[in-house]
Amino acid sequence: MEIEQFRYDNKIVQKFLYATMLWGVVGMLVGLLLAFMFLFPNITDGISWLSFGRLRPLHTNAVIFAFVGNAIFAGVYYSLQRLLKTRMFSDALSSINFWGWQLIIVAAALTLPLGYTTSKEYAELEWPIDLAIAVVWVVFGWNMIGTILKRRQRHLYVAVWFYLATFVTVAVLHIFNSLELPVGALKSYSVYAGVQDALVQWWYGHNAVAFFLTTPFLGLMYYFVPKAANRPVYSYRLSIVHFWSLIFIYIWAGPHHLLYSALPDWAQNLGVVFSVMLIAPSWGGMINGLLTLRGVWDKVRSDATLKFMVVAITGYGMATFEGPMLSLKNVHAIAHFSDWIIAHEHVGALARNGFLTFGMIYLLVPKMFKTTLYSKGLANFHFWIGTLGIVLYALPMYVAGFTQALMWKEFNPDGSLVYGNFLETVSQIIPMYWMRAIGGSLYILGMLIMVYNVVVTIRKGSSVEDELAEAAPHTRVTKRRLDGENFHNW
Amino acid sequence: MSVIYVLLTISISVAVVFFMAFIRSVRAGQYDDAYTPSVRMLFEDELVPPGKENTKVKTEGENQNKDTNQ
Repeated sequence: MEIEQFRYDNKIVQKFLYATMLWGVVGMLVGLLLAFMFLFPNITDGISWLSFGRLRPLHTNAVIFAFVGNAIFAGVYYSLQRLLKTRMFSDALSSINFWGWQLIIVAAALTLPLGYTTSKEYAELEWPIDLAIAVVWVVFGWNMIGTILKRRQRHLYVAVWFYLATFVTVAVLHIFNSLELPVGALKSYSVYAGVQDALVQWWYGHNAVAFFLTTPFLGLMYYFVPKAANRPVYSYRLSIVHFWSLIFIYIWAGPHHLLYSALPDWAQNLGVVFSVMLIAPSWGGMINGLLTLRGVWDKVRSDATLKFMVVAITGYGMATFEGPMLSLKNVHAIAHFSDWIIAHEHVGALARNGFLTFGMIYLLVPKMFKTTLYSKGLANFHFWIGTLGIVLYALPMYVAGFTQALMWKEFNPDGSLVYGNFLETVSQIIPMYWMRAIGGSLYILGMLIMVYNVVVTIRKGSSVEDELAEAAPHTRVTKRRLDGENFHNW
Repeated sequence: MSVIYVLLTISISVAVVFFMAFIRSVRAGQYDDAYTPSVRMLFEDELVPPGKENTKVKTEGENQNKDTNQ
C-alpha cells in the first residue's frame, strides 16, 4: 500500500482561534458591564442601545455563538482533519464558514443593541440573520461530511460522531424554532403562538445547550484531553456508550424549562423524567474524561492545559448533576426565577466551555506555530485567577438564589407577603452582586492575560499554514476478507 | 397542544436517522474494536519539514524525559 502525502489546513484553525479570543473578550466585557449595571443601574442612562434589555441578548449571543461557536469550529477543523487523516473537503467552504459566521456575529452585534429582536431566548436574531445562520451552518456540515467521505481512516473516532450530532441537531432545531413570518426587513412573527411557541422555544433552547454547548465540547474533550495527557481515553467503549445514550435522551428534556407553566402536566413530567435519566450518560462521560488522567496526575501539577481541562470536566460534572436536580419540581420551586439559575448556567459556561477552550488554545497555539508557550507562569496564573473568578461568581449567586427564594416565599400570619416590595430582596443581595462582578472581572483579567501570552507566543513562532502529513489511503474491507472472522473475546 | 405532534415527528425522525446510522456502523464493523482507536488517535502523522528538525527533536526529547520519570 502506498503512503500518501497531503497537507492539513492550519490557517483556518488559526483564524477561528483568533476569532474565538476576540469575541470571547468582547462578549465577556458586555457581561461584565451587565454585572455592574446591577450595582449602578443608571450607568448607561439615556443611551437606549446600552440598556440592560438590549445588552443581555448581546452578551448571551456573543459568548454562546461567537466565543463558543468559533472555539467549536477551531477545534473541529483541527481535530477532524487529523482524526480522518485528510485535509478539509473544500478550502472554499471552510472560508465561507469562517467569514459567514463572523458576518453573522457582526450583524448580531449591530441589530441587538438597536433593538431588533424576535424576543425568543438564544434565538433573538431577526429572520435575515436566521437565514444566514442556516446557510453557513449547512456549509459547515457539508464541509464536514465531505471530509468524512474522503477520509483515509476507516474508523470514525467517537469525537467525529459528536461533531456529526452537533451539526444535524442544531440545523434541525434552528430551522424549526426560527419558522417565522417576515412583515418587514427586520421584523417577523413566530408561526407558533402562546404556550405552543414556548414549548418549541424551550425544545430549541434546551437543545441549543445540549447540542451547541455540550456535544461539540464532549467531542473536543475526547480529542484534546487524551492528546494533552498523551494517554488513551480511559474507556473507549464507555465513550461510545456515552455518545449514543446521550443523543437519544437529550432531545426530550426541554420541557423542564417550563415547569409550573401553562404547559400540560404530562409534558412537564416527561421533561423531568428524561432530565433525570440524563445524569447517567453525562456522568459516564465526565468520569471517562477524568479517569483518562489516571497515571498522569503529576503532569496536571505543571501543565496549565491539563489543569484547565480537569476543571472543565469537573464543571461539566457539576452542571450535569445540578441540571437533573433543578428539573425536579420541588427543587425547581426554589430555583425558579432566582439567581440560582444564573449560577448553574455560568458554572457550565465559565468552567466547562470557557476552560476547555482555554486549554485547547494553550495546546494548539504552540503546536501550530512550532514553538513553546511564551510563559507557563502566566498560563498557570490565568488558570488560578480564572478558577477563583468562577468560585467568586458562582457561590455568591447560589447564596443570592436561596435568599431570593426564601424571602419571596415568606408569609405573614394573615397570608400577605413579608417582603411585599421586590426591591427588598434586591437590596438584600447587593453584596452578592458585588462579588459576582469581582469574580467576573478576575475571569476576564485571566482571559486578557491569555491573549497577551498567545500573541507573544505567535510572534516568536513561525506559522505553518499547510502542514505536511502522510497516511495510507482508505481501503474498503470486502465481505470475503471478513469471512470466518469472529469477535475477539475480551 | 398540537405543536407537540410537530416536535414529536421531528425529534423521532432525527432519532430514527441516528438509530439507522448506529445500526449501519455496527454492521460495518466500526465498533468491533473498542480499544485501538483510542490509542491510534494519539499518534501524530505530521512530517517535519527540512530545516525544522532541531525544534522538533527538542520537544520530543522533553516528552521522552517526562515519560521515563513516570
